[in-house]
Amino acid sequence: MKTNFLLLHTITRIVTFIILSFSIFLFFAGHNNPGGGFIGGLMTAAALLLLYISFDMKTIKVVLPFDYSKIIAVGLLIAIGTGLNSLFHGDAFLTQYFDYFDVPVLGEIELTTALPFDLGVYLVVVAVALLTIITIAEDDA
Amino acid sequence: MNNLVLLPVLVPLIMGVILIFFRNNPVTQRIISGITAFSMLVISVYLTYVIYQDGIITLELGNWKAPFGIVFVGDLFSGLMVILASVVGVACLFFAFQTIHTDREKYYFYPFYFFLLTGVNGAFLTGDLFNLFVFFEVMLIASYVLIVIGGTKYQLRESFKYVAINIFASAFFIVGVAYLYSITGTLNMAHLAVQVAALEQDGVLNVIAVLFLIVFGMKGALFPLYFWLPKSYYGPPAAIAALFGGLLTKVGIYAIMRSFTLIFTHNPDFTHNIILALAGFTMFFGVLGAVSQFDFKRILSYHIISQVGYMVMGLGLYSPLAIAGAIYYIAHHIIVKSALFLFAGATQKVTGTTDLKKMSGLLKTHPALGWLFFIAAISLAGIPPLSGFFSKFALILSGIQQERYFIVFVSLIVGLLTLFSMMKIFIYVFWGSPSLSEEETKKTKLGPLLLPIVPLVALSIAMGLGAEPIFSFSTQVADQLLDPSIYINSVLKE
Amino acid sequence: MEILMIITVGVLFSVSTYLILTKSLLRVILGIVLLSHGAHLLLLTMSGLKEGAPPLLGEGAESYADPLPQALILTAIVISFGVTAFLLVLAYRTYKEHKTDDLDQLRGNADE
Repeated sequence: MKTNFLLLHTITRIVTFIILSFSIFLFFAGHNNPGGGFIGGLMTAAALLLLYISFDMKTIKVVLPFDYSKIIAVGLLIAIGTGLNSLFHGDAFLTQYFDYFDVPVLGEIELTTALPFDLGVYLVVVAVALLTIITIAEDDA
Repeated sequence: MNNLVLLPVLVPLIMGVILIFFRNNPVTQRIISGITAFSMLVISVYLTYVIYQDGIITLELGNWKAPFGIVFVGDLFSGLMVILASVVGVACLFFAFQTIHTDREKYYFYPFYFFLLTGVNGAFLTGDLFNLFVFFEVMLIASYVLIVIGGTKYQLRESFKYVAINIFASAFFIVGVAYLYSITGTLNMAHLAVQVAALEQDGVLNVIAVLFLIVFGMKGALFPLYFWLPKSYYGPPAAIAALFGGLLTKVGIYAIMRSFTLIFTHNPDFTHNIILALAGFTMFFGVLGAVSQFDFKRILSYHIISQVGYMVMGLGLYSPLAIAGAIYYIAHHIIVKSALFLFAGATQKVTGTTDLKKMSGLLKTHPALGWLFFIAAISLAGIPPLSGFFSKFALILSGIQQERYFIVFVSLIVGLLTLFSMMKIFIYVFWGSPSLSEEETKKTKLGPLLLPIVPLVALSIAMGLGAEPIFSFSTQVADQLLDPSIYINSVLKE
Repeated sequence: MEILMIITVGVLFSVSTYLILTKSLLRVILGIVLLSHGAHLLLLTMSGLKEGAPPLLGEGAESYADPLPQALILTAIVISFGVTAFLLVLAYRTYKEHKTDDLDQLRGNADE
């Protein structure tokens, strides 16, 4: 029997983008306010999982052809690399640097080295969550 | 501030991550991991040299001042442990090149091998109790993967129990941290030592000390918490079993030694007598298990337990000589035990079994293997002039000096039984008429298998012949451990 | 409030002890999960449930709650999340290979 998932598909298409944009907001809100790479990553993973659930696994694999284990490695490297950066400045590992920049449209924003670190965390969290769930889900036997 | 102290943790971490990219390329993985292991050895030796020259070095991560941030502390004890970890790391890695199946290599064997070393080195070098928990977990999660990698029926069944028990212990670690934080308000080990000494609440502190003893004892296989060890170390391939047998329990022992010389020194009559009693039970029941077994790997696993008893005995006696003996013993044990597990792997490769009753006469077909094993075996049992003798001698001497005759008696009996069970292996495996045909003998090339073992055995002989300088080094380590003010001052810089 | 939290921790610990002592793989895992929850809650309670603003720079409050236990618990939760996922998959594979989730039958015998 072929079931019609029209409602689910339509809602997913809209909701996924809402969740994704909120996750990006959370990611940038981090550091001084609630948010950050971990929670943002989980939210992104939730949005992508919604895609996996409502559409077929195979369809999404074509849309998102990522090797998640490599993404974990990349994320870890970014995070460690941020820490290593301070070694070259002669400071202790993971020392944080920050500065203020004037950006058109956005105005003055604070940029810190915690941001790339968070990006690494973000990638790791997204990839770990998806990899775990997809690996278990793929096992049909 | 010196970032050098972080390198033994960072190098394996970064290289482990990079190795993930070469999943399907075993040759590249081997080259990278070989280079990494050797560079770790060089770094750890240099680190210890620097510590030896300049005293304890510390690093405040992210420039957050102690006791608020996380500190890394390298003192002589941690330096020594890091060197030992690197030595075993190199040896087991080269043995793994020969014995690990390509399927296992493709399932991230090498990355997790280095993550394990990251956790082990991190646990040795950190100066923060919660950070110690985190590195324990890094080490344990890597060990979960390594113990189950390959996924045979036996491995799956036993590693479930291994994982479950370790998570249980970790939960108790958090409980211990919670109690300690609630009464001291800090987690920096040096600061904890100051706070605990200032508190006059022996009752609460005793409870917390025993709680930590349970947690670390479970990881270090102390009586009565050793039941998980023999079965779970039997499952994985020899290279992994050797790494586990040499290193993992010793991280638990390191944590016990560190916390009971630095933090919980408020009431040695109570805590250290418990430790001494546990040491006696641990060595006695461990060796009984070894005597009753007829399997190469199982006998060795039970010996780990009984020898953990010796190390903890040194702590329980709590005198400079005893602690120095215990440190010497740890160094000797890590090297010899890994070598013996690698011997078990080599004989398994040659004969296809680890059951003692199914093999015999290997001395005729593989004399080099036989005599090298003989040296390692009598070193483990404590025959002079090998490394096992001098460390046990120091422990027993200090037991006699303190008039603790019962523990001395137990340790002598255990030494005898150790010799008995090692000779049992030697007689069953190497004596008698050869069980293998000529073709079977020629099938496996022994040279590459022995390559990583020979340096370990040579190191054991060297540690025995050069006992004088090594013992004076362990005495320095012990003096540093027994005078917490050195550690505290270098971390808090008052 | 502390009393209530401690009772909750006690309930969690006792339930998890009961579950760990059962024979089914899945129940043991649930027991372990509850045990770590209990431990985390204990850490939060023991470090004091103080009144005060959330420890954020933007609040500008006079007194802040102690942020350290929260950071510790977050770390511990993440670790136990990863380990639990691993343990579930391990239990599933064990069940597949051995065709049973009864720990009595997963004992193994003494001399294998």
